[in-house]
Amino acid sequence: MTAYLARRFVQAVAVVFGVTVIVFIIIHALPGGPARGLMGPEASALQVHEFIVQNGYDQPLPVQYGRFIGQLVQGNLGYSYHYNQTVTALLGQDLPKSLVLVGLAYAVALIVAIPLGIMQAVRRNSLADYVTTGASFVAYSMPTFWLGILLILGFAISWRLLPPEAPQGATVSAVLSHPNAMVLPVVTLALVSIAAFSRFMRSSAIETLVQDYIRTARAMGVPERIILLRHLLRNSLIPIVTLIGLSLPATISGAVITESVFNYPGMGLLFYTAATSHDFPVLLGSTVVFATATVLGSLLADVLYAVVDPRVRLA
Amino acid sequence: MSMILAGEPAPEVPGAEQTPAGGTVAAGGSAWRMILAVFVRNRLAVLGVGIVIFMVLFSFLGPVFYHTDQVHTRLSLINLAPGHAHPLGTDNVGYDVLGRLMLSGQSSIIVGLSAALLATVVGTLWGAVAGYVGGAVDAVMMRVVDSVLAIPPLILILLLASVFKVSTPVLILVVALVAWLAPARLVRGEAISLRTREYVQMAKAMGGRHVWIVLRHITPNAIGTIVVQATFEVANAILLLAALSYLGLGPAPPATNWGSMLSDGLNYIYEGKWWLIYPAGIAIVLTVVAFNFIGDALRAALEVRLQER
Repeated sequence: MTAYLARRFVQAVAVVFGVTVIVFIIIHALPGGPARGLMGPEASALQVHEFIVQNGYDQPLPVQYGRFIGQLVQGNLGYSYHYNQTVTALLGQDLPKSLVLVGLAYAVALIVAIPLGIMQAVRRNSLADYVTTGASFVAYSMPTFWLGILLILGFAISWRLLPPEAPQGATVSAVLSHPNAMVLPVVTLALVSIAAFSRFMRSSAIETLVQDYIRTARAMGVPERIILLRHLLRNSLIPIVTLIGLSLPATISGAVITESVFNYPGMGLLFYTAATSHDFPVLLGSTVVFATATVLGSLLADVLYAVVDPRVRLA
Repeated sequence: MSMILAGEPAPEVPGAEQTPAGGTVAAGGSAWRMILAVFVRNRLAVLGVGIVIFMVLFSFLGPVFYHTDQVHTRLSLINLAPGHAHPLGTDNVGYDVLGRLMLSGQSSIIVGLSAALLATVVGTLWGAVAGYVGGAVDAVMMRVVDSVLAIPPLILILLLASVFKVSTPVLILVVALVAWLAPARLVRGEAISLRTREYVQMAKAMGGRHVWIVLRHITPNAIGTIVVQATFEVANAILLLAALSYLGLGPAPPATNWGSMLSDGLNYIYEGKWWLIYPAGIAIVLTVVAFNFIGDALRAALEVRLQER
């Protein structure tokens, strides 16, 4: 167990190191060179020259990389000349709001997908199974932005039930004070995960259903409700732990789209705005944060899986 | 421990192509016929193939029969509702929407297929070499894959699209840069199991060069997995291109694709101009679903073949 976790941890560190190398390469591929790219088109030649000397962009690449890592470790992700603020400050403002959105979407997705997947497994090959499996297949193939647009067209424009735009505000509490406006963004982000989670839950539950202990419990006359709750649900839940950790990259991508469809003031919208306005410091800083989150997610998934399922530890 | 990821095909289909004892060339042929039979029995797969053929004919042959001017903007013909002259109306600069849908289809399909092809070739070679060579080379090559994979796909593609000036070849390259990772991982898994096979050992013992073994023995024997994955990659590539263009980082105006059309049409979402939104959106969803159907059916057909052997 310890050896497994240690190996997994070393791998995670190597991957984060790899990500910093990729970001470093992209910095040097920026149009007009790193200094021009990071300072923006309006900086004067003198300012660019000063920036190059100050930040060591005239030194050998390995030295530059060392400085870059040193800055990252100190939490300095760069300075956005677009907003005239440090990237860390910008992320500090927007990241919590994104976490709220993603957290709510995950909660909704799990609450819907787990019972749905179990229902599909227990009544597999029934009409209800076919309909819901088909629906989740379509939802899974659907681009997130198209889902969001359809929801806006239906609920906001045709039926006027909900606002088409996400709540605006600088803080988490400001965003949460408009629960009506949160509904469509959360549902959009949740729908894609529901499709993926329920498909997964279905096959996981089908595998559990044929296990001997379920058959034994049935033979002993244990009520079906207890079998479902105590044996089926608990054992089918194990892979869900992994799934949540590994779905993080897809969810981050989905959050960027959702936040730009609904104009939700989170980190995804910040990243999208930066991409369209060529605000490279924000793009690169957020990329490091997103990638670190992804790596932590899959590391955590593996650790939790080993904790929940003793078979992994022994293997 | 196996990594389980939604949407990713079940990896590890060992010995996909191993000829059974006493098997001949004819046996190999019938195996492929059997795959075809299973595939055709799957109605969703046939539907998927039908949709893809329709989309290709519509986009590439359509303009031959349905002439429209997709070069000159006409401000007198802006946002016309569907009617006799324009079956799907006109857009915000006067282009015929039906004709635009065909033109967009061409670039969506070309970028989708080219990116998927490029990603599959690069990914396959990368994975085959890593798995075949093993050891430190494998570890380094796979950490490179893991590192790129750690950056969420949309984040990476937005980053690349904002750094490089976007044109069709750049777009293909950028989408492929995101898409080569999954085939690389899958083929590596195959290569690890294939390299211990007798015929590979034999080829090595007879002095076969490594390049020859990777190209002639490892890659062809993983072809089932590769083809299945490539099909999903086409769906993903079309989706990524649509998302990128929807977000406004697609090709610049005279060029277009379904995502760009959707992005332009959304400016009129409150004015009830449905023909600017639904046709492009439906085209994206249909094509992506079609390729996913085909991929699912191919995978199922491959698994059946393994079971019946």
